[in-house]
Amino acid sequence: MLTIKNLNARIEEKEILKGLNLQINAGEVHAIMGPNGSGKSTLASVLAGREDYEVTDGEVLFEGKNLFDLAPEERAREGLFLAFQYPVEIPGVSNINFMKTAMNEIRKHKGEEPYSAPEFMKLVKEKAALLGLDKEMLSRYVNVGFSGGEKKRNEIFQLAVMQPKLAILDETDSGLDIDALKTVSNGVNSLKSDNNAFLVITHYQRLLNYIVPDFVHIMYDGKIVKSGDKELALHLEEFGYDFIKNQEVGV
Amino acid sequence: MLKEILIKGFEKFNAGLNGEADNPIHAIRNNAFALFEQQGFPHKKLEDWKYTRLSKLVQNEFNIPDSASIDENSVKPFLIPELKSNLIVMVNGIYNKELSDIKGGEEYFIGSISDGAEKYPDLVEKYFAKISNFTLNPLSALNTAFAREGVMIYTGKNTGIELPVYILNLIDAQNSLPIAQPRNLFIASEGSSFKVIEDFHTIGSNTNYTNAITEIYCGKNSNVEYYKIQDDSDKSFHTGSTDVKQERDSLFTATTISWGGSLIRNNLNILLNDENIETHMYGLFYARNREHIDNQTFVDHAKPHCESNELYKGIIDDNATGVFNGKIMVRTDAQKTNAYQSNNNILLSENATIYAKPQLEIFADDVKCSHGATTGQLDKDAMFYLRARSIGENEAKVLLLNAFASDVLDKITIEELQAHLRNLLLKKLKREL
Repeated sequence: MLTIKNLNARIEEKEILKGLNLQINAGEVHAIMGPNGSGKSTLASVLAGREDYEVTDGEVLFEGKNLFDLAPEERAREGLFLAFQYPVEIPGVSNINFMKTAMNEIRKHKGEEPYSAPEFMKLVKEKAALLGLDKEMLSRYVNVGFSGGEKKRNEIFQLAVMQPKLAILDETDSGLDIDALKTVSNGVNSLKSDNNAFLVITHYQRLLNYIVPDFVHIMYDGKIVKSGDKELALHLEEFGYDFIKNQEVGV
Repeated sequence: MLKEILIKGFEKFNAGLNGEADNPIHAIRNNAFALFEQQGFPHKKLEDWKYTRLSKLVQNEFNIPDSASIDENSVKPFLIPELKSNLIVMVNGIYNKELSDIKGGEEYFIGSISDGAEKYPDLVEKYFAKISNFTLNPLSALNTAFAREGVMIYTGKNTGIELPVYILNLIDAQNSLPIAQPRNLFIASEGSSFKVIEDFHTIGSNTNYTNAITEIYCGKNSNVEYYKIQDDSDKSFHTGSTDVKQERDSLFTATTISWGGSLIRNNLNILLNDENIETHMYGLFYARNREHIDNQTFVDHAKPHCESNELYKGIIDDNATGVFNGKIMVRTDAQKTNAYQSNNNILLSENATIYAKPQLEIFADDVKCSHGATTGQLDKDAMFYLRARSIGENEAKVLLLNAFASDVLDKITIEELQAHLRNLLLKKLKREL
């Protein structure tokens, strides 16, 4: 589904990704962990197409297409979804109108008719219930006045409505209390299938108790330095990131 | 030059008005014109005209139309869909009875200002050219000199007009370069209320000029809602002043939407003449291509315990220019005044310009006043967020600008008008209009 080869990227003059490789197949859940500043969120931003970053080398194939040939909206229409670390507030645009506009863009892309109002409401209500989202939150402006937890739940709600092929969760767990973490994780788990894949970016092992990964990668200084299964995350929890740093220095 | 054309035009116009010497409007014409002749068009050395130059206006060979008639079919495309109203059609600034449709009522008057002057000579004498002080404004003097068949609205004590009064101003620029000078007088007696819309459109592709004055008197405890919509052509010049006087316990709301015209200059002057008055001023302007849109507002707090609230939003694209100058005066007597002003602008192009000038002059010491002016571009993070959810760049822009404008459009209480303007805005943002 996603193949990243030797990805190098920078912001302004600062090199952040320095030759990153990763292969994600349908049906898999991958976790990327790493200390602050290792480039985790940069990876998410580069994949989603944020313009502040410049790709200097390497390639990314998504479903066989060169990702960097596609504008951010085209990537989304092809089925790539980023759950933002810091969801943006958009005053004046209601959540429901936002989602409807987005969904109809995707349907247009697939050559399908736009949703009728009742069809769309049915979908939205079903997914809102899954995430324990208040009906009232749907008519509110996108993320405006939402608590940190509500914003994260709103991201996963959008994920549930849009049903992308590949979902990237950028530190969705940070700042969540344990109840919200469970709701969000249940939401994600109920969406898992053989046809889609998840890339979970996190600083903490805690989330991976609920969203169990097939693969865990450790990122340090712009590269993946170690890959393994879920045991690697537990190891990291016990020994901290220092063991990676020491290893790196040793190499 | 335009001034010479107007001098000749006035002689002819005045000669044609024989027998109207007793008319209170007629009596002040000569004075008003003398004042205009002496001062001429405002020039850039005047502080209030620093950013808006009329040099492109005054070089045109305009005509002063005697009368104009257009057929019903050319009116229809401009009407606000579904709106039930008392419709008045003005052609080149002159009331057109055939095209108008006034429901009428015993307790109020809606009609031409000359019919009004016949029926209520005392009222016209008392208010005409009294709220709008033409000695301070040569454009107001010019309008006063040529004032003829504008609209008069009068509501009796404790009455109201059920349907909004909808004044459709059409300027016919098909075969000539016309000047229109609509002159309106609205009087709300104590405890009465009405809503009125002034909507401006152009027919034809010639250069044209509208110089409009509306005077509004809000009696004690009255409630007046006033809308001014400007959707003229890219060959249209518009200078206009809406001058308002409010009495005790009255509520006045002005909403000004400007999104069509080569050059637009609006003045909105409101005098809060007694206590416990409430005033709202909302504005939305969207300037494109080489348009120039200038809004000047002046709210004069003369007495204590009043509140004014102002929100103007501007979108400026291409090579267009916007000007906002909002002046709030709080006089020594006006203790316990609450006055709020906010002006937000979005520049969509590197060549777009905005001059924003909030001006607070406060002479009382126990007041709450605030103002804020912001100018920026579209929020980059919001744009990326929308695009990352599959919404294309243009669509995302339209969504954000529409949201930005909604703060003003939300305030419109006439449902059909709000829906109509929302629809127009979307089309304009998508460049379908």
